[in-house]
Amino acid sequence: MEKKNPFLSQFKSAWAITKKDISIYYLKPPVLIYGFIFPGFLFLAFFLGKNMPFSSLLPVVIVLALFFTSSSVGPIITPWETRMRTLERLVSCPVSLEFILLGDILAGFLFGVGITLILSVFAIPFLSIGLKSITVLLGTILLSGFCFSCLGVLLSAPATDNPSNIMMLSNLVRLPLIFLSGIFIPVNKLPALGRLIARFSPLTYTVDILRSNFYEECIYSPVLSLTALFIFTVVFLFLGMVLHKKNLSKRF
Amino acid sequence: MDLAIEVKGLTKKYANVTAINNIDFQVRKGEIFGFLGPNGAGKTTTQRILTGVITATSGKAFILGYDIKKEAFYAKSRIGVVPELANIYIDLSAWNNLMLIGQLYGVVKEDRIKKSAELLRIFNLYERKDEKAKVFSKGQRQKLLLCMALIHNPQLLFLDEPTSGLDVVSSRLIREMIAKFNREGVTIFLTTHNIQEADELCDRIAVIDHGLIATIDSPENLKKEFQSMQTIEIVFNPQIKSEDDLKKIEYVNKVQKIGDKFKLYTDNPDELIRQLLSFSQKGNLNILSLNTLGPDLEEVFVKITEEHKGWSYGKEKSFSKSV
Ligand SMILES: Nc1ncnc2c1ncn2[C@@H]1O[C@H](COP(=O)(O)OP(=O)(O)OP(=O)(O)O)[C@@H](O)[C@H]1O
Ligand SMILES: [Mg+2]
Repeated sequence: MEKKNPFLSQFKSAWAITKKDISIYYLKPPVLIYGFIFPGFLFLAFFLGKNMPFSSLLPVVIVLALFFTSSSVGPIITPWETRMRTLERLVSCPVSLEFILLGDILAGFLFGVGITLILSVFAIPFLSIGLKSITVLLGTILLSGFCFSCLGVLLSAPATDNPSNIMMLSNLVRLPLIFLSGIFIPVNKLPALGRLIARFSPLTYTVDILRSNFYEECIYSPVLSLTALFIFTVVFLFLGMVLHKKNLSKRF
Repeated sequence: MDLAIEVKGLTKKYANVTAINNIDFQVRKGEIFGFLGPNGAGKTTTQRILTGVITATSGKAFILGYDIKKEAFYAKSRIGVVPELANIYIDLSAWNNLMLIGQLYGVVKEDRIKKSAELLRIFNLYERKDEKAKVFSKGQRQKLLLCMALIHNPQLLFLDEPTSGLDVVSSRLIREMIAKFNREGVTIFLTTHNIQEADELCDRIAVIDHGLIATIDSPENLKKEFQSMQTIEIVFNPQIKSEDDLKKIEYVNKVQKIGDKFKLYTDNPDELIRQLLSFSQKGNLNILSLNTLGPDLEEVFVKITEEHKGWSYGKEKSFSKSV
């Protein structure tokens, strides 16, 4: 057998895992409920009848869609595969846990970014909203989508085989973040503690760049926001891999 | 290099148990190596370490010359694995399960398709390849797992209780396939607690208990080691009332009543038969049937693990050498 390049082969494996995730998990009820229905109602509950201009609604729609969809796939995969006992088969393949997780992250990323882009493509021309830079919009969606997907995978690190436990945990983290990231309540109207937490939420930065990109009021410069998002991504990615690695042997 | 597996001082500790305790063994290329032991002995733990699923607390393991910890990619690429409790993806079709695993082992598309079709045919699953694996029975799932383990033509196959819970026909098919693949050059590491299976298939058997290797030998030698476990089955007419009379006969080590039969354990079947003849004459009994049986591996196994328990844990090394 010829010696294969482990790095390249494992990238291909990660992609195979992404395709597997797409065909298995995109249509699982928890993903549909917490990825679509839930943020949809959240949006309606807050903005129905408030008569806001589209330019201030759209950043919220985009960020809600992106956040909930990207971070909904990651949490269910590992506990589901632990319960179905497919995980052991997967880790005995020549692909390290890091690349398995990368495949999972990619699945969440494609899900979130795909849906958000479809939404944006339809909404922006239709609502005839002014947009500063399409590159910034795209970059923000891509980077944030990846960041949220990493967060989703990180949240599935506890060694449980019960997907609903992880769903609960992930909502416990995601819901407060929605309220503390300047989406519904502007950051400067939050109490001091809220303002502090807002700084440690990636969502704050996503919504802030989007606002500035739609000529709305913003707090940070786009460069700072993108840098912050990048740092969050690296931290979530690294932490997720370390914790998953640590808990792997407890899953069998 | 003619070793398929080399294990040196392998230990796995969990919070409360030492699942395997400083074990050493080697598996030669081309053999079927049985890994036999009672529940909780540490068999699955050992296989998980050897297949790179979990890491050992200490010790080393080489798979086809590759360190399973440091060169996991190369080692894993060359082995096929059927884990004890693992499952297929029930949301995917049988075919897509194979395609996924084929991709993960880097099998190119053409070979993937050819090999999958070939394997599914061998295991009588080809007609059902497009059905979701959800509808597959336990035996069909196990067969699909075997196909998945073989898709990349591995040199070494790890099987953890591949026939447990399957009916006779399925078990036999799987055993035949194990033997066939072995003839074609695949080394087999077969974990089981089915003694007949080990006896039938294996070139050598390691008996593991409480995380320690009790002995490693060929099935034949294992049986020979236990001459005293040879048995004679005898049926008298009229039936004798008490087995106490039989126990008094010289050369009888143990008596067991099975239905109308008596099973007599002895280390000298030849002498015992003479004794039984005179016993029957004296008691005016007819012998309806008399069979001599070699020691069956089951008793050997029970004896090894019983003796093993009797040994203090410091002595297991000398024990394993003395057997
Ligand atoms: N993840 C774990 N955490 C704690 N203890 C474990 C874990 N996995 C296995 N053990 C313990 O290690 C020991 C060996 O288990 P193992 O599964 O290797 O046994 P086995 O020989 O495969 O048994 P069986 O024939 O029942 O499959 C047992 O005492 C088991 O309880
Ligand atoms: Mg086991």
